[in-house]
Amino acid sequence: MSIDFLAIAPEIALTVTALIVLAADLALRGEAKQLVNPIAAIGTVVAIVFTVILYGSERVTFGTMFVVDDYAVVFKLLFLGTLLAILGISWRFFAEGRYFQGEYYFLLLTAFIGMLIMPSARDLLLLFVALETVSIPAFVMAGMRKRDLYSSEAALKFFLIGVLSVALMLFGMSLVYGFTGSTDLVEIAAALDGETASVPLLLGSVMLVIVGFGFKVSAVPFHFWAPDTYAGAPMPVAAMLAVASKAAGFAGLIAIAFIAFEPVADVWGPVLGILAIITMTIGNLIALQQRDLIRLLAYSSVAQAGYMLIPFGLARTGSTAVNEAAVQAVLFYLVAYAVMNIGAFGVAIAVNRRTGLRSIRDYAGLASRNTLLGLGMTVFMLSLGGAPLTVGLWAKFAILQAVAVEITLFGVILAGFLVLNSVIAFFYYLRVVKTIWMDEAREGMPALQPGFNLSVVVVILMAGTVLLGVLPGLVTDYSSVVSLLATS
Amino acid sequence: MSLIGPLLLATFLFCVGIYGIIARRNAVLVLMSVELMLNAVNINLVAFQNVLFPGEEAVSGLMFALFIIGVAAAEVGVGLAIVFNMFRNRATVNVDDVDLMRW
Repeated sequence: MSIDFLAIAPEIALTVTALIVLAADLALRGEAKQLVNPIAAIGTVVAIVFTVILYGSERVTFGTMFVVDDYAVVFKLLFLGTLLAILGISWRFFAEGRYFQGEYYFLLLTAFIGMLIMPSARDLLLLFVALETVSIPAFVMAGMRKRDLYSSEAALKFFLIGVLSVALMLFGMSLVYGFTGSTDLVEIAAALDGETASVPLLLGSVMLVIVGFGFKVSAVPFHFWAPDTYAGAPMPVAAMLAVASKAAGFAGLIAIAFIAFEPVADVWGPVLGILAIITMTIGNLIALQQRDLIRLLAYSSVAQAGYMLIPFGLARTGSTAVNEAAVQAVLFYLVAYAVMNIGAFGVAIAVNRRTGLRSIRDYAGLASRNTLLGLGMTVFMLSLGGAPLTVGLWAKFAILQAVAVEITLFGVILAGFLVLNSVIAFFYYLRVVKTIWMDEAREGMPALQPGFNLSVVVVILMAGTVLLGVLPGLVTDYSSVVSLLATS
Repeated sequence: MSLIGPLLLATFLFCVGIYGIIARRNAVLVLMSVELMLNAVNINLVAFQNVLFPGEEAVSGLMFALFIIGVAAAEVGVGLAIVFNMFRNRATVNVDDVDLMRW
C-alpha cells in the first residue's frame, strides 16, 4: 500500500512543527522561551500553504480511510486559521504568566493535528483516534495552571465527562461494527441501507455514537463540563475549546451522521432536532444570569452549538438536497462562529491578562479606556447575537435557508425556536455592550496593554466580522461548491 | 461458538462500569470503572470479529481493539496525572469535593 504523502502534508507539517517546538523549548532559556510562539506560527503557515495546494484535488489514501476533498480542505483552513488566531492571542498571556510555554504550544499543535484529521476521516477507527488526539492534549491544557485549584478542577471535570462519553461512543461503535461488519463509513451506509426493519439495538448504538460527539460540541445533556472548564482553564485554552474543539466535534458528527448513518436519518434527525431545541434554550436561559464574562461566553457557546445542531434535525433519508443544504449551513455557521467567538475571547484575554478581572462589571467603560477593545467587543457581541451588518446574521440566515429547502412542520418549529432564542440571546449580549459604552469605569482601573499580536488579531477578526456581514458571498459562494455527499 | 457468552460478559462489564462511575466517589475508582467500560468494548469487537466475520481479509475489529487498548493507556496516564495534581492541591480525590465552580 502506497501512501499519498501530499494528501497528509498539512498534518505532517504540524507534526514536525510540534516536535521542533518541543526541542526549541528545551534549548531556549528564560525570556527566549517565548520564541516558540512564532515558530509554531511559521509551521501553521506552512501547513496552510500545503492545504491551499490541495484545494480542488481529490485524494484518497490509507485504503479509503483518509479522503482529502474540497469539504475537508475548507474545514482544515478553518482549523488552521483558528490556530493562527489562537497563537496570536496566546503569546503575551503565556509569556507573562508563569507557564510552561513550550509544553502548551506542543499540546496545542498536537490537538490541532487531530482536528486536521477529523474532516478527512472516513473510518470509525480514524474518527476515534482523531477525537482522542483532540481530547487528550485538551485535558492537559485545561489543567495547565498546576497550582491553581480552579484549573485542576476544570481539568478533572473535563476529563471525567470526556472519558465517559468516549466509552459510550466506543460501545456504540463496536455494536455498529457487529451489525455491519465494517468500520468504513461508506460501507456502513451500504450495509444499513439493506436493513429493512429498523432494529432497536442498532438505533440505540447509533445514538451512543452520536453521544460521543455531542460531548465535544457541548450539546445540552453533555454540556456540564463546558462552563466550568472554560472558566477554570487558561483563557486561550478556553478559546480553543469553545471554537476549534467544537468545530472538530461538528466535523466528526457531520461525517458520522451524513455519510455513515444517512440511511437511518429519519430516526436520528428528530432526536438531534429536539436536542438542538433543548441545547439552545437552556444555554441561553442560563447565560442570562451569568455575571462572569467567560461563563457567559461558555453558555453562549452552548447555545450556539444548539443553533448549529438545527440543520442536523432537518436531515432526511435519501433526500440529498436537504442534507447538502444542512451540511453547508453548519459549515458556514462554524466559520462565522470561529471569527466572532475568538475575537470575543481575545478581548477578554486583554482585559484579564495582567489584572485577573473577569466579571462583566469590570468591563464598565471599556470603550473609554481602550476604544479598539471596546469597539471590538461590541462588534463580536452584536455578531454573536446576530445583528445586521455582521456575519452572525448571515449565519442564522444560512440555517433558515436550509430549513426552507423543504418546508416541514418540524423544520418550522426548529426555525421558530431559532428566532425566539436569538431574541433571548440579544438580552445578555446587549447587556455587555451597554456595560462597555454606558457605564462609568471604576476608579483606579489599570491601563490596558493588549499588545501588538492581540490587537492585530482583534482588528482582523473585527474586519472579518463586518466584511462577511456585508459580503457573505465571500464564504457562501465558496462553500456552496463544497459538496460532501456527492463525493462520498 | 455462540455470541451470547461474550456479549453477555461485555454488557455486564459495561453496566458495572457505568454503575461505578455513578456510584463511586473516589476519582481513581471512577477511572477504573471507565477502564471496565473500555474493556467491554474490546470484548465486543473481538467477539464480533471472531464469530461473525472470521477469516476476513480486513481485521478491522481486532485493529480497533488494539487501538482502544493503546489510547486507553494514554487516557488513563493523563487522567491519573490530573487526579494526582488534584490531590497535591486539595489533599482529596473525592469527586464530590470538587465543587468550587457551580452554575
